[in-house]
Amino acid sequence: MPDPTENVLELTNLTKRFGGLVAVDNVSLHIKRGEVFALIGPNGAGKTTLFNNVTGLFQPTAGRVVFDGKDITGFKPHQVARLGIARTFQNIRLFDYMTCLDNVRVGRHVRMHAKIWDSLFKLPRERREEERVTDEAMELLRFVGIAKQANQYARNLPYGQQRRLEIARALATDPKLLLLDEPAAGFTPQEKVELMQLVKKVVGRGITVFLIEHDMKVVMGISERIVVLDHGEKIAEGPPEEVRKDVKVIEAYLGKSA
Amino acid sequence: MSQPTPAKRRSIMTRLHLRERIRDRDQAIYGVLLLGALVFPLATLYASGGSTAYIAQAAHAGTWVLLAIGLNVVVGFAGLLDLGYAAFFAIGAYTYALFASAQLGSSPLHHNFHLPFWIMLFIGMFVAAGFGVLLGFPTLRLRGDYLAIVTLGFGEIVPVLSYNLPQWTGGINAIGGIDQPWLPAWITGPWAGADSVSVIQNSTCRNPLDQSHFVPCFNFSFDPVAFYVLVVIMIIVAVILVNNLYRSRLGRAWMAIREDEVAAAAMGINTVTTKLLAFAIGASFSGFAGAYYGAIFSLVSPDDFLFIVSITVLVMVVLGGMGNITGVIVGALVIYFVLNTLLPSLASNSESIANAVGLGSLNAQHGDWPGLYAEVQRLQFLIFGLILVLIMLLRPQGLFPSRVREQELKHAAVQEEASAVEEGARA
Repeated sequence: MPDPTENVLELTNLTKRFGGLVAVDNVSLHIKRGEVFALIGPNGAGKTTLFNNVTGLFQPTAGRVVFDGKDITGFKPHQVARLGIARTFQNIRLFDYMTCLDNVRVGRHVRMHAKIWDSLFKLPRERREEERVTDEAMELLRFVGIAKQANQYARNLPYGQQRRLEIARALATDPKLLLLDEPAAGFTPQEKVELMQLVKKVVGRGITVFLIEHDMKVVMGISERIVVLDHGEKIAEGPPEEVRKDVKVIEAYLGKSA
Repeated sequence: MSQPTPAKRRSIMTRLHLRERIRDRDQAIYGVLLLGALVFPLATLYASGGSTAYIAQAAHAGTWVLLAIGLNVVVGFAGLLDLGYAAFFAIGAYTYALFASAQLGSSPLHHNFHLPFWIMLFIGMFVAAGFGVLLGFPTLRLRGDYLAIVTLGFGEIVPVLSYNLPQWTGGINAIGGIDQPWLPAWITGPWAGADSVSVIQNSTCRNPLDQSHFVPCFNFSFDPVAFYVLVVIMIIVAVILVNNLYRSRLGRAWMAIREDEVAAAAMGINTVTTKLLAFAIGASFSGFAGAYYGAIFSLVSPDDFLFIVSITVLVMVVLGGMGNITGVIVGALVIYFVLNTLLPSLASNSESIANAVGLGSLNAQHGDWPGLYAEVQRLQFLIFGLILVLIMLLRPQGLFPSRVREQELKHAAVQEEASAVEEGARA
């Protein structure tokens, strides 16, 4: 049994059924603090469902989710976020008609203390907090490289910058673990390189990264360990070089050779 | 990435604020509204030779402005469609009516309360907010249309209850003789001068601590100017508070929920309590307005809170510009003017216009023609409908949309255009 302080996230026999369909089937895995961990698998393998189970969007049918030594199975999404898991979405889910700055400030929500009375009467401590949060949000926008767009609506950003904004918004919640759902989808090779640099910078902040990605170059380039999911089941786990050569993995992706 | 120096950072921040400031068309509108609120009573007093009839109208309109500001929190900020908003208005009004009249003396309680208006204003607020939470708690898990239907039901229940609980609410006979607001005599001000300049009359009022004794006071006694001043102050306070909320942690959380509830939850926003707060705060403004309404008319009847009230307020919000405080204030004023001044006077105005342009014969009744006056009166609400349709066609985002909505609709138009082009290309 691994030391709970070493593992940021542990999934034990996690299962999610939708009626007769088993989307995630008895998956166990653990993510070490500070590593970049990738989850790969063909379309429909249950990767996003697994993310949704971790972040509380779905309640697992069976199994346990332990984060930072605490059992968070069945927690609500906002409770999970408060404890320190942030995520991005496969199909970007920004607050379209809010400015980039406000998007990131919403991310900061969970670390703010202003109560309704503070806000109603704009008490000094609320003002100070707002100023501080605005500074922090700007810093994050700078960190992902879109500070110039701070006052634009999220909707109006180009695709690549929207992905970056989503990461900034997730980082604003001060996560210990960042879940990225296909962060490089639809990126040009140049953008992919930039994304990999960004992920490395995120890890440099002491944040553990758990990502779903299709692009093998990205996965091989940044992740230290990989788990492969097929039809909801874990079929392989290990460092990139090993997984790449795994027969089952090749079969899952390319089909059985005759 | 290099960290900018503090000085550079500060300049970035100032520029950000400055840009926010410059783009703030709202500030100009607030200025105009405030100036209008000051000039309006003086101008109408002067123009009508001392008649306060227009000021009385404006004091009534203020109720609707308060309601629109409150509903805007629910519909415009948090994106929750509330079709039963009048229920909270009723709750505020009845709360004031019950505790500031002889009504409870004839109820099973057999005891009169005459609590001062200023206290009841806040009690009305909290009671309405409480009912907002009570209604919201089981229903806010519903989304969109479903929530709208439930609030619609609640909006129906409240007037039906007040019709059918005559021992408490007076039923169809309404609650009358509701106390007027008053200021204690020791609060002197411009109103305490000679009789010609005082807007509130010297009078005696019940001692709030010892209800059987009377103390000297300045009583509002149905003075339109006093109510006008009161409602302008209430609106200013409401605007400041709602603006503060809008630019706060809570305001952003509301908008986030409006934009994408799932993403908002994933960012750590407790969507249930945040929506509840929107409901409660919206309701509290309605309760605030309700207490004022009870005081200005000194009469609260179930007929004042029917479905049409909820819809009228919603029309004010949508037509003024959802999510934008200045927009909904202007919307409320415009709709109030159309409903209470333009439409009722339309019949007699069209009669005199017909006379002036030599079509006086239209005014007479002959055959199937009932005469212009009767005909226009009959068509009043058709004309109201046409005005609404026209405004929404000309300004689909409302009179003064929040920039957010403006963008959204522009964007929708762009999308439509793009898909039309695409389809054309495919064909």
